[in-house]
Amino acid sequence: MSATTYGWLVLAFPLAGSLICAFGWRVLPGRAAGWIATTAVGLAFLNAVGAFVVLLGEPADARQLTSSLYDYASATGLDIQFGILVDPLSVFMCVIVSGVSTLIHLYSVSYLTSDHGFARYFSYLNFFVFSMLLLVLAGNFVLLIVGWAFVGFASYALISFWYRRTTATAAGMKAFVINVIGDIGLVLAAFFVFRELGTFDLLAAFDEAQGTFTVNEGVLVAICLLICVGAFAKSAQLPLHTWLPDAMEGPTPVSALIHAATMVTAGVYLIARMHPFFELAPTAADIAAFVGLATLLFAASVALVVTDLKRIIAYSTISQIGYMVVGVSIGAYAAGMFHLMTHAFFKALLFMAAGSIIGAMAGNQNIDRMSGFRRAMPFTSALLIIGCLALAGFPGMSGFFSKDEIIGFAFYRGGLYSVLGVGMYIASFMTAFYAFRIGFRVTTGTPCEEAKELERGHLAHAEPQNPATGELEDTDVGFPGAEHHIAEREVPMKVAMSVLGVLAIIGGFVQIPGIDDAVEKFLAGSFEGSALFETVVPTGEEWIGLAIGGAIAICGIGLAYLCYVRSPGITARLTERLRPVHTFLAHKWYWDEAFDALVHRPVIGAGRFANSVIERFVVDGLVAGTVGVVRGVGSLVRDAQSGFVRAYALLLITGFAALGVYFLVASS
Amino acid sequence: MDASWYLVLSALLFAVGAGGVLIRRSPLVILLCLELMLNAGNLALLTFARMHGNEDGQIFALVVMVVAACEVVVGLGLIVAMFKRRLPLNVDDMRELKG
Amino acid sequence: MEEVAFFAGAIGALGGAIAVIALRNPFYSVLALVVHLVSLAGLFLILHAEFVAAAQVVVYAGAVMVLYVFVAAYVGQVEEPIWEPIPGQRWLAPLLAVALFVELSIAVLGTALESIDSEGPTVQLGFGEPSSIGTLMLEKFLVVFEASSMLLLVAAVGAIVLAGRRQEASGRGAEGEKAAEGA
Repeated sequence: MSATTYGWLVLAFPLAGSLICAFGWRVLPGRAAGWIATTAVGLAFLNAVGAFVVLLGEPADARQLTSSLYDYASATGLDIQFGILVDPLSVFMCVIVSGVSTLIHLYSVSYLTSDHGFARYFSYLNFFVFSMLLLVLAGNFVLLIVGWAFVGFASYALISFWYRRTTATAAGMKAFVINVIGDIGLVLAAFFVFRELGTFDLLAAFDEAQGTFTVNEGVLVAICLLICVGAFAKSAQLPLHTWLPDAMEGPTPVSALIHAATMVTAGVYLIARMHPFFELAPTAADIAAFVGLATLLFAASVALVVTDLKRIIAYSTISQIGYMVVGVSIGAYAAGMFHLMTHAFFKALLFMAAGSIIGAMAGNQNIDRMSGFRRAMPFTSALLIIGCLALAGFPGMSGFFSKDEIIGFAFYRGGLYSVLGVGMYIASFMTAFYAFRIGFRVTTGTPCEEAKELERGHLAHAEPQNPATGELEDTDVGFPGAEHHIAEREVPMKVAMSVLGVLAIIGGFVQIPGIDDAVEKFLAGSFEGSALFETVVPTGEEWIGLAIGGAIAICGIGLAYLCYVRSPGITARLTERLRPVHTFLAHKWYWDEAFDALVHRPVIGAGRFANSVIERFVVDGLVAGTVGVVRGVGSLVRDAQSGFVRAYALLLITGFAALGVYFLVASS
Repeated sequence: MDASWYLVLSALLFAVGAGGVLIRRSPLVILLCLELMLNAGNLALLTFARMHGNEDGQIFALVVMVVAACEVVVGLGLIVAMFKRRLPLNVDDMRELKG
Repeated sequence: MEEVAFFAGAIGALGGAIAVIALRNPFYSVLALVVHLVSLAGLFLILHAEFVAAAQVVVYAGAVMVLYVFVAAYVGQVEEPIWEPIPGQRWLAPLLAVALFVELSIAVLGTALESIDSEGPTVQLGFGEPSSIGTLMLEKFLVVFEASSMLLLVAAVGAIVLAGRRQEASGRGAEGEKAAEGA
């Protein structure tokens, strides 16, 4: 089968799975919905691998294949196909997305066993995978935007999955609104592209762009910045990042899949895909890179102080995606995508481990209450440490190779980009520290109550409550319920986490500088003609960069060891001494408050004003006024219907006289 | 005599008749005033017939007289019928057309 | 000579007209109308409309007015209340009448009516005589002639129906009751 056929099958299976789970939810017995969904995504993964293999068989410069199913919209000047673009970049993304999705589906089958909305969950999750694959495989802007919007919807549906929790629905709405802002940016960019280049097709647009635009032309910079708006909204970069921490209201596998491994990487994919535009508009690329830098520093600083386990990992995600954005903006495409891959592995693993721990804590997510799980949950603890090592960039782990490759490229390009490099090193240090903040806090120390219970073989139970607000909930549909699952007791969870653990360790070996550059070689098919892609950092410099990075990671881990294992009171004393700093960081640099004051309140105020003034006086006034006028005229006319014959005769003669006047005047 | 004299007289008689229709309340008198108006019209017709030397105006005047006669007959019949039913002979009391 | 005749006729007509609308007693109004009609007949004579003048006197002042006299006598005095229920009628009506007159006069006097000169064309012999009227009626205006006769017929029937129906209906009804009782 050809690569494009594989491409269509990759799309078909998750869509079918979603529809089966959606329409058959009453008839599917037990956990069948979960297994159907997992199989569907598994098949998508196999087909993605198939496409990968077929592409490898093609010569290196003929790897961009398109296929169209039918004419989506055809009119004068407009030719939009329902077509996919199967090339190394999209296949790379497909393999990662479908692979990690399969593992997360597997994990979810156990994690959400007792949930009343089991089938609905898997329908949404499959739909999400379909949308993400559609986004990645889209061959033109229109289909890209369709996939983009579907992904936004799926994210909303899954964040507010426990829909009777008000915090969850509020978070879902917040995510959706911010996503829509990104959608606007992307749609406007598409319109501009169509106006300037006359086509929506991606490959055609890229070819046209070379001839039509000069370097840093105003329109092109605008297009790129609008694309960045879309990318930043989806990838939770400053200033459109506020939705991601709140999105942790969704079930943990959802956080693993959407908000760590796949959806939030869509922005990175977008910038990488639009690289011909960005290379012609270096100004926009630089802006994107510095926004990425600001984001990664900001998020790493916040992750140092927040106490909700999932939120620490969420801020870590924002930070790591900042790295990827910097990577693809400065031209380190292969490095950026490589980091995307490794990040998907270890972040999903971290979330899965976090889910297991939260299960052991009976739903409590506060890291200050967790400690000493290494005896009670050996498997989870081990995998958590693996994930933390990968995140920190410990030498030899996957995160080490990918993150430091981006930093190396930044230093190699020199000049202003060295600032990026320095910033990224600082953030790496912070990353290592907070990664092991989690790692040491959870696994070492005296076991907490729940851990002691678990050592005795008894999984802790608690009143079902909202982890954010603490209010009690009931256990019916729309709420998570009272049952919790941990990896030690569930085989599917163990399998999924093990696979990811292995990948987190060995995943980096595909791109060791100087030894093999598998990712770079494979992706070359998508980045032909790109001057930046051709730029290769000399191996020696790369290894120096790797060494520095590894050293920083070890220092960070060491500091965390000092603070959390050796002398556990240091952080508390620091917090007391630097209370204002701590408050500033704990309030996430007051972004939410700023948005509330600058955007939310004025809009609500305008709405109230419109309601009380404009609605009451202008609109109602007009309507009531018209009614009044009509009534008045009516009553006047009614008086004329007096019934008196003589009055009618009078009117008759008046009319006659008036006519006479008119004709006399007209004829004079 | 200048024809305009006759025409002005005709206009005057017509106006007087119209005023009478509007002022008086007895149906009988209103019919009389209608007669005035019709006759004013007749006068004008005959003046124009003389003016143009064309006898068609006179025929027209005769037909007007016929119509007037028919109308009078019907109108008086109505008045008699009203009187026989003991209805008040006052046009202001006939207000069924009130809207 | 003609002027004298004109003014005599005019004053008669006008006086009669004003008397019609001003007199309270309807009987006197009818009589005033008769005077008006006869004066008009005089005016018609000056206008070389002999036949029409004769018809006016014989038919109009003779037959139609007699009808009026009969009905006025039958109906009797009608009390016309002083109070005017329609607001504004009392002053608007004369005002409008005057306006009407003024407009018509302006129309007549202001427009350049050609061939209004002192004399008018010389008319041929037999203008306005019964023979020429008759010829026109039966030749050029035959349809009109026939239609007017039809109209007269209809009016006559209508008058009988209007004035006479109720007595017949109540009579028949009384007979029907007696027949029902007797059977």
